[in-house]
Amino acid sequence: MSKSDVTRRGVLKTGAFAGTGLALPTIFTASSVAAYTNAPTGGGVTLGFNVPQTGPYADEGADELRAYELAVEHLNGGGDGGMMNTFSSKVLKGNGILGNKVQYVTGDTQTKSDAARASAKSMIEKDGAVMITGGSSSGVAIAVQGMCQEAGVIFMAGLTHSNDTTGKDKKANGFRHFFNAYMSAAALAPVLEKLYGADRKAYHLTADYTWGWTQEESIAAATEAVGWETVNKVKTPLASTDFSSYIAPVLNSGADVLVLNHYGGNMVNSLTNAVQFGLKDKQVNGKNFEIVVPLYSRLMAKGAGANVKGILGSTNWHWSLQDEGTKAFVKSFGTKYGFPPSQAAHTVYCQTLLYADAAERAGTFNPCGIGEALEGFEFDGLGNGKTLYRADDHQCFKDVLVVKGKENPTSEFDLLEVVEVTPAAQVTYKPDHPMFAGGELGKCNPGA
Amino acid sequence: MDAILLQILNGLDKGSAYALIALGLTLIFGTLGVVNFAHGALFMIGAFCAVTVQRLLSFSFVTIDETKTDFLGNPMKVKTPYLESWFGPELGASIIDWSVPIAILFCIPIMLLVGYIMERGLIKHFYKRPHADQILVTFGLAIVLQELIKHYYGANPIPTPAPEAFKGSFDFGVLMGFDPNAIIYPVWRLVYFGFSAVIIAAVFAFLQFTTFGMVVRAGMADRETVGLLGINIDKRFTIMFGIAAAVAGLAGVMYAPINSPNYHMGMDFLVLSFVVVVVGGMGSLPGAVLAGFLLGALESFSSMNEVKALLPGIDQIIIYVVAIVILLARPRGLMGRKGVMEE
Repeated sequence: MSKSDVTRRGVLKTGAFAGTGLALPTIFTASSVAAYTNAPTGGGVTLGFNVPQTGPYADEGADELRAYELAVEHLNGGGDGGMMNTFSSKVLKGNGILGNKVQYVTGDTQTKSDAARASAKSMIEKDGAVMITGGSSSGVAIAVQGMCQEAGVIFMAGLTHSNDTTGKDKKANGFRHFFNAYMSAAALAPVLEKLYGADRKAYHLTADYTWGWTQEESIAAATEAVGWETVNKVKTPLASTDFSSYIAPVLNSGADVLVLNHYGGNMVNSLTNAVQFGLKDKQVNGKNFEIVVPLYSRLMAKGAGANVKGILGSTNWHWSLQDEGTKAFVKSFGTKYGFPPSQAAHTVYCQTLLYADAAERAGTFNPCGIGEALEGFEFDGLGNGKTLYRADDHQCFKDVLVVKGKENPTSEFDLLEVVEVTPAAQVTYKPDHPMFAGGELGKCNPGA
Repeated sequence: MDAILLQILNGLDKGSAYALIALGLTLIFGTLGVVNFAHGALFMIGAFCAVTVQRLLSFSFVTIDETKTDFLGNPMKVKTPYLESWFGPELGASIIDWSVPIAILFCIPIMLLVGYIMERGLIKHFYKRPHADQILVTFGLAIVLQELIKHYYGANPIPTPAPEAFKGSFDFGVLMGFDPNAIIYPVWRLVYFGFSAVIIAAVFAFLQFTTFGMVVRAGMADRETVGLLGINIDKRFTIMFGIAAAVAGLAGVMYAPINSPNYHMGMDFLVLSFVVVVVGGMGSLPGAVLAGFLLGALESFSSMNEVKALLPGIDQIIIYVVAIVILLARPRGLMGRKGVMEE
């Protein structure tokens, strides 16, 4: 009589362990193929739109959100297709991205770095966003870009103008379509020299944070290169609302140009205060006193009212351009919402199409694949002429607009007129330019 | 010397705004014993009264101009204000140009009503509650009010210019024998200072020379005894809340051309105005006015480049540093009364 130790329970246990053991290599293999954060499942792909919905830039955020919604509509085959029809790349067919219907979630940055990081994190971890985009401030963009790098998702920056975003704080997972402070200065300086002469003395008032510092450094260097003298550089706290005590000493300083390195509410208030002090009507050193606002925003210019008349600045894009891409976008946006889009709306719309296009060309949502598709990508038809997404720093290089506050606006949207379209070559710099030094792009992080 | 004179002028208009807000805060605290953190929101509502009047006066009808096109290439819709149609382009435009001074008339009844509703509807329920509760509820109210304004008017500043007659700047330097442009100052800011002085004088005169004011002052000194004399002091204090709201509102209306109104402007002034009240002495009306102008001038001086070169960042903390020094030397503030918030 033989006795067997084999039991039903023992067979089941052994089978389970053996089965798991055999399957293990397959599990790891499958996982490593699609190993990136929030790989889409179920026929839909979720994008995260992180914009200021409350706080001082809420109106700019609302315009960005309108453009994102329009882009999603166009990507999913709705509407008239907008700039998809004029985009030089023709892989987008209006059937979503890689056959996945585009969905989106929104977050509120409140124009605060902490809040922006938290909302981006929530969209990635809870809502499964495969890409984060947005922002109306360089401080926020840099914070969220860093967070996206850690989380392993692509960050398509919205309105961020600091050199640092694609300079010392650049990241492999981050991409910027918007221009930067260096480009503004490089475009503006020759126009300033042509209109106001080479013998000028400039006084700078600068918002005391990353964007202000890089804007001041850039415009001071560019104007000094054409012969201007920098008389003084004064930092103003970001929370300032009344700039009278900073503007009052300007006329006594010997300066004949005031450069306002301010944006948003700071720009509205400092420009209004400067005009109240009669600076625009004064003569100093035998010349008309001039005011310059290096970075213009139509939405913000509206807040300054008639004070913007005749004031020079730069902008990334303007609805009055007459290229086919701009006309298609303005028609699409204007028909849907009843007013022309802002430059913030334009840049985020472009970023959404560029991301979708890169995913289609790469055949994957893997951030590393999309990064490769965007690096060195040359395109046209998105409102800025021929554009290059440079591989070295993930910065777009394109024409820059020098604009002036319009003397006789024909409507409430007609506040700026384009003085000059500065060619991309004139605003292009080397990747190792000292103003952009100090950071490493690093390697793309697919997460998961 | 000219730089110092210029900063004194600067301090006057900043001090005017602080003094007007602090005056209202002190009136409310002195009469009702309430620490009103919604007072900055009343200043902001005043500024938006100016915006509203400007919009009402600019109310337009639309005509189609076939000769021009809009941004979509459609025939241009041209807006013409009704006032320009009724009174002719010049007179109509002049009335719109004067929208800020006109808003003063509109603002007074509105702010009295807002103050009355705020006091009767919410704040009266917190009279016997601790100051911390009052601060929380009024701070919450301030947030609600500013979000309402943002919802209806947007987050961007709205330009509300002064009348053309008050634009430009005045050259004090030439009058005083300095070089041209040495001491220039915007005309509207001088108007603001004069207006504030008139309002402050009117409030003091009202309290000093009218029977109503005398009763209110008596109530501030000893509420219980005034009540025992058969006077309905609560009703008078409610009216004083409305007057304090109107003072804050008027400060806001006249401030609108200085900085384009935005929904957050009340909060920008609130904290500093509380420091002004504490430095002036809780419950002291002259103290609030004195401290308002003093701290306004100090803030201006500390913004001078020469001062900031010696003490970087001093312009951001000067008011708090001075407040600490004054409170260490005089714990009741400059003109504080014994017994106020000391029980």
